[in-house]
Amino acid sequence: MAKVLDETMENSEDTQKGRFLTFSVGREAYGIEIKFVTEIIGIQDITEVPELPNYVRGIINLRGKIIPVIDVRLRFKKEPKEYNDRTCIVVIDIKETSVGLIVDNVAEVINIDDSNIVPPPDIKTGFHNRYVRGIGKVGNEVKLLLDCDKLLNDDELEGLNTII
Amino acid sequence: MSEDGISREPMLEVYLFEATQLMEQLEEISIECEKNKKIGTEAINEIFRVMHTIKSSSAMMMFNNITVLAHSLEDLFYFIRENKAVTIDFENLFDLVLSGIDFIKGEVSKIENDGEADGSSETLMLKSSSLLQNMKEANGAVIKNESIQQKEDTQFYISSYENSSKEVKQKYLARIFYEDGCEMENVRAFTVVHNLKDIVSEMYHIPEDIIESNDSVEAIRKNGFLIGFSTSLAKEKVEEELNGIIFLRELELLQVEEYPPEIKALKVKKEIVLEEPTEQEETNKEEVEHITKSGKQQSIISVNISKLDMLLDLVGEIVISEAMVTKNPDLEGLQLDNFNKASRQLRKLTNELQDIVMSIRMVPISMTFHKMNRIVRDMSKKLNKEVELEIIGEETEVDKNIIDHISDPLMHLVRNSLDHGLEEKEERIACGKPEMGKITLEAKNAGSDVFIIVRDDGRGLDRRRIYEKAKLQGLVTKPEEELTDKEIFSYILLPGFSTNESVTEYSGRGVGMDVVKKNIDSIGGTISIESVTGKGSKISIKIPLTLAIIDGLEVAVGISKYTIPITTIRESFKPKENEVIADAEGNEMIMIRGEAYPIYRLHRIFNISTKVTSSNEGIMVMVEDNTKAACLFIDSLIGEQQVVVKALPNYIKKAKGIAGCTILGDGNISLILDVSGILDR
Repeated sequence: MAKVLDETMENSEDTQKGRFLTFSVGREAYGIEIKFVTEIIGIQDITEVPELPNYVRGIINLRGKIIPVIDVRLRFKKEPKEYNDRTCIVVIDIKETSVGLIVDNVAEVINIDDSNIVPPPDIKTGFHNRYVRGIGKVGNEVKLLLDCDKLLNDDELEGLNTII
Repeated sequence: MSEDGISREPMLEVYLFEATQLMEQLEEISIECEKNKKIGTEAINEIFRVMHTIKSSSAMMMFNNITVLAHSLEDLFYFIRENKAVTIDFENLFDLVLSGIDFIKGEVSKIENDGEADGSSETLMLKSSSLLQNMKEANGAVIKNESIQQKEDTQFYISSYENSSKEVKQKYLARIFYEDGCEMENVRAFTVVHNLKDIVSEMYHIPEDIIESNDSVEAIRKNGFLIGFSTSLAKEKVEEELNGIIFLRELELLQVEEYPPEIKALKVKKEIVLEEPTEQEETNKEEVEHITKSGKQQSIISVNISKLDMLLDLVGEIVISEAMVTKNPDLEGLQLDNFNKASRQLRKLTNELQDIVMSIRMVPISMTFHKMNRIVRDMSKKLNKEVELEIIGEETEVDKNIIDHISDPLMHLVRNSLDHGLEEKEERIACGKPEMGKITLEAKNAGSDVFIIVRDDGRGLDRRRIYEKAKLQGLVTKPEEELTDKEIFSYILLPGFSTNESVTEYSGRGVGMDVVKKNIDSIGGTISIESVTGKGSKISIKIPLTLAIIDGLEVAVGISKYTIPITTIRESFKPKENEVIADAEGNEMIMIRGEAYPIYRLHRIFNISTKVTSSNEGIMVMVEDNTKAACLFIDSLIGEQQVVVKALPNYIKKAKGIAGCTILGDGNISLILDVSGILDR
């Protein structure tokens, strides 16, 4: 029984490996590993919570579960944009923390082989480089692959700084 | 506990649970007995039973050190039980029992944290056996019988039954070999000894220390397990008995005139307490009693608290969805008699469900209070102060979560009272107070709150000294006359504050009171301190009955909705424009019935955009925490509602003034205000 379970786990790991959900924010296309994504929902009413950094828009009620939502646009210090019916919330689950990411729109799930992923350039040209784990090549397009862990945990540091 | 508790072996889980409970039970009995300097038959039986259970379950789980200790304590109480007239050195006896309890508790917590139960109970064992020896000697006249019959050069105790029996006793020598690879030979040998105990009048065995020593396994494997015993039973009977041993490979049973020298040597060295055959009957009876008793306990089951939390969450969801259905905006304006009837029924049932789930989590506070008995006992001995602990209202029920949070603060408070509050004996007599100090623990219900009061009749708090100390540490700026007693006393709740000049083992380091405050704050409680110099002090803790569901007032500010806990609201009113006054720095205040209250505009402190800004458009809600009161300015009132409190996600740093959030009937989220957080701004 346990063995079977292990196998299914392995299989699902396998099927999830190298698969990325792509979405766009502004002109860039980003990708996050599919294993972090729990679901994608349309934009909903967000309850504002005082004293948060501006990119944390507030909290939403996801079937009784309360999760914070981050506007990726604001996170990457881009111009805010009105939410429309293309705007989505990508709910990701990292180390048992659920967080919603507000993105302009969600594109598709694609496979990117490890061989097609290159590390980001060393020169920190862009301010959001530190959240980019690698750059994936798909055909003649490139996708910036996000490091979800950093995306959240760097927040915490910054959050602390703003409070102090 | 909840997480790793699942992965733990169920047997171990049960063992840990049982051991912890039994130890607490035993502690309570011991302290009670010691206090009264009397030990009743019932108490002895109870202690005996507890020890017995611990012994056997620990043996089963292979925690040998616990087994051995429990066994030696059991011996002690066996002696007391069998010799009702003995004079007991209560202090030593219960010191021993309590340190035994501490040892077992320590071991159990080691096991609980996935450690090895590797503590050594040897010293306790030695103490126990020497105490038993002392007791026997002191009461020697009662039970010691010279065993002329046996003409042994050692002294050992033979029960009166044995003496009177005229039957000829035969001496036997048995050597037992176990099958190879049956494992745990020592435990098996111990079982043999245990089984034989009931039918023999004396018994010696090699190796001597079967359970305690690890070498015994090897020795038994090599040389077999040698037992010498004498009994009145016929050889066949004995053989039959011994052949019943499992994994038996070889049995040599000899009827002998004299024991071989190696066993004799043992005999000289050590005596064995004999058990009378009549005892068997008694144990049987006891076992029956035990069974009926445990039969009663079967109606209680222990449930993992995380399951209860899940149930509570679920019920919370049901309450919310019930409101979503019955107050659905689609139904507005429709004439739905049957629907209304059905929804009323649903509401009634969900309310009942909620009440029951809440009541499951309620536990009486008595357990926590009785823990204090131990602390008072230990400390009063160390500090040489005589103290009486009075407990009032121990049956008061409080949410389990809250109980967990108040245990530590309560301990600090009791320690403080004993250490700082109560004077030395001489000082008390000089003040004309009774020599024995008194600490009162009281719990009572008041509405949806529970009050827990720790009172002592000691010297009370020194207002002047606290003020000076606070000033020294730069905690106060106002002159002393301007401060009330309550304000000054509340300084002792600040971190790093301690008036005690000398640091003692128990208190004086200035941690403690601030920990108390922190713990109490975290469950939404408040502390107030009253004190009269020379008369004593009284510390009251006000805590909510439960953390999970509160009555709240829904208010609107801009597009956001906030919930103010009803308990903090004094009144709400519509202010007139000219009532609001502002000082030079722009701090607003309002005069109500001759008193000025500060005004906090919620939209301003939380930075919410709203159209309602002028005073005569909005509503004022006067709120208070234990010391301060203020008016909150909001846009409008929505209504009163019972809400299920949910914590904000960890990811969001807690904003000051927000206690949590709740989901409203329409699925929207409302933030719950933390009034004392706002007033502290």
